[in-house]
Amino acid sequence: MTEPSATNAQDFFLHLERISKKYGGVTALDEVTCSIRRGEIHCLVGENGSGKSTLIKIISGIEHPDSGHVYFEGESPRHLTSTESIKRGVQVIYQDLSLFSNLTVAENIALPAVLARKVMAFRWSEIAAHAAETLRRIRLSIDLNEIVGNLSLAQQQLVAICRALSGNVRLLIMDEPTTALTRKEVDILFSVVLDLQAKGISVLFVSHKLNEAFEVAERFTILRDGKCVGEFDRSELDTRKLVRLMTGQEVATDPFRPGARQPEVLLEVRNLSKRKNFKAITFQLHRGELLGLTGLLGSGRTELALALFGMNRPDSGEIYFEGKAARIDSVQDAIRLGIGYVPENRIRQGLVIGQSIGSNLILVTIGRLLNRMGLVNAAKRSEVIQSWIGKLGIKVSDAELPVETLSGGNQQKVVIARWLATRPKVLILDSPTVGIDVAAKRSVHQLIRELSAAGVGIILITDETGEALNNCERVLLMRGGRFIGCINSAEETEASIQERLEAGT
Amino acid sequence: MKHAREMKSLASKSEFYLFFLILILGATFTFANPKFLALQNILDLLKSYSFFGILSVGELVVLLSGGIDISFTAIAQVAEYVTVAVILQYGGNLIAAILISCAIGIILGLANGLLIHFLRIPPIITTIATLNLYFGALYVISTGNIIYRVPQFYQDLSNATLPGGVPMVVGLWTGVVIVTGLILRYTLLGRSIYALGGNPAAAERVGFKVLHTRLFVYSFIGLSSGFGSIVHTALVQSAIPNSIVGHELDVLAAVVLGGANIFGGSGSLIGTFMGVGLLAMLGNGLTLMGISSYWNDVVVGCVLLVGVTFSSLQRMLLASRRANVLVEQEGL
Repeated sequence: MTEPSATNAQDFFLHLERISKKYGGVTALDEVTCSIRRGEIHCLVGENGSGKSTLIKIISGIEHPDSGHVYFEGESPRHLTSTESIKRGVQVIYQDLSLFSNLTVAENIALPAVLARKVMAFRWSEIAAHAAETLRRIRLSIDLNEIVGNLSLAQQQLVAICRALSGNVRLLIMDEPTTALTRKEVDILFSVVLDLQAKGISVLFVSHKLNEAFEVAERFTILRDGKCVGEFDRSELDTRKLVRLMTGQEVATDPFRPGARQPEVLLEVRNLSKRKNFKAITFQLHRGELLGLTGLLGSGRTELALALFGMNRPDSGEIYFEGKAARIDSVQDAIRLGIGYVPENRIRQGLVIGQSIGSNLILVTIGRLLNRMGLVNAAKRSEVIQSWIGKLGIKVSDAELPVETLSGGNQQKVVIARWLATRPKVLILDSPTVGIDVAAKRSVHQLIRELSAAGVGIILITDETGEALNNCERVLLMRGGRFIGCINSAEETEASIQERLEAGT
Repeated sequence: MKHAREMKSLASKSEFYLFFLILILGATFTFANPKFLALQNILDLLKSYSFFGILSVGELVVLLSGGIDISFTAIAQVAEYVTVAVILQYGGNLIAAILISCAIGIILGLANGLLIHFLRIPPIITTIATLNLYFGALYVISTGNIIYRVPQFYQDLSNATLPGGVPMVVGLWTGVVIVTGLILRYTLLGRSIYALGGNPAAAERVGFKVLHTRLFVYSFIGLSSGFGSIVHTALVQSAIPNSIVGHELDVLAAVVLGGANIFGGSGSLIGTFMGVGLLAMLGNGLTLMGISSYWNDVVVGCVLLVGVTFSSLQRMLLASRRANVLVEQEGL
């Protein structure tokens, strides 16, 4: 945590000196100082909203700090633009990858390098050669003439990495690079990262998967509420300490102690199939059970969830609800039976952005708030809204504020509360804790457990095997559209599950 | 294997279906009236649609960049009227007329680009506003006067032919297509248009100068409209202040029918040419079949629906294939 003096500043590729940035009245970064050595793998960790993305934007010249300096090898450019940053060797791989899905692989890889040369003409042969060379450097093969939009997410990620490497890169910044990758692909990625390090390239890794961060990173910078908590060597940290430094509180991981499963079967699915989606799906969900469902992206888990919610009609198979054969052909059917669904992407599919928190809460149940004239009873509306806000502990100053003013965790609670208001018997939660911070995650988990204790049957779809193991007694594993097993969470570890999920991919 | 894949990628292009649609319609019209396939009829048809075709090239470029322009008919209208009026007043030849028209087109297009970039108003709204502004201003200034006698060189341009009897104006249209094609494919500027249309945020992050590209595309459609207005004057031999405005959606429809994505990033000149060709054939073919021209719009509407349904189905197919990529994928 020592500040480099003028002399040893040369040892660092990048040094940030008391960087502050405000957006409106909100302080995003407050006097953050940190540095990255040459050829170092450095990990930047912090909860959502801790200022990680702002810091990356400042390093890459997209945002300008209100005060403070950015030094590249002891030199501080007067006005750091994105072109200047690229010229000094900074490359960023954003979480959304920032690829051109309408262009070819070759173009995506070679465009930035071509741009830097400031020529008017565009020579396709040059582009192809450049792209092929870059791919060779990291020992990958992808069809150069394929349109990027046709590639799988993992392949797209590799294209993004190739693009970053195609120029003269000195510092590679990766924002959550492993989110969509399988374990095997993560290994490929890490070997590429180690390769880069051997070539003297620094890598700044931004990740919330702490175990992965520990695998490769040598040093850590921890941000909390826009302040730098400190810089640490890997040897100084363990997961527990890291989480405490990130959140500022001791968060115990409390494994689930499942109660006795109630005998009554709430939902039974027999041999449900849909071509190209899922095949021969059979399972039972008991009253009050918290059933895990996990599989890689594209394993068919979301398609299955949508089928149970009437949004993806299966080709064959039967569904029984409370012992009676049921047809779920539409969302209305699902709601009538008492099935709720909290989608994977709450911003795009769950919330009505621009509407108030209150309106979002009562979206599905507004029919119950009508008076005899068919108009909404305002007093009853606000009473219902307040009661849900209280019950779920949503932190909000005014329920009439737009819903996007809430933090990720609280937004997720709004979506869940909306479905709870329908008094569902079965609730399907698709990746409910993606993109929310550790503390919020914990309170969402708490909420889910309470619901299941109250008798709601819950299907928890999740990417994180740890989440499934800690919350569910039984976990269904899905791969390539099929169930490949139902495990008892007490008997398995994250690693063993991951292995089974990825076998054959 | 490779062959099969190429066939598949060919079949996944909307130009492919459009080509078939044109073949079928062509065969039907020829069957009904063999005159349809006569070389002279086809050349006449191309000639009368050369103005329309030049405009469609400009609109394609704007759509590729993820923008849209509705005001180009008003730009062409202003360029046409002002050019004819200026030449009649002060004299001048065809070259002078082209320069004046193009300059007017570029200036008005540039104004669109600046408004869109700096005020962040959606392009469709901006250009609807400027359509009214440009057109309205022309009406106020011209007080609606029609110029019936245009300089002789317009007549000469209309009558001029290239070797082989191809009308000069068709040659001009072809020239615009070729130059645009070269820009789009073989210049960094051209690729930046595709990049901007595909992912504007990424274009900025990679270091494209988004402002330059945006100003270019709106100036370019202005230029096409200005240049096209010369052809229009040659074809109609008059300058009527309201002869072009009102056709902007037809041009847009032809470009979209040609497979251009209305949200930017994809589309082709060949597709656009076929889109224009299809609309031209319909108008002409129905007339030759002796069907009342009242039916024209109905048929055009139906063909448009069928055409865009095809490309939409295709996109859905592609999306569902992509969604299942991982399900079927065998390794990376």
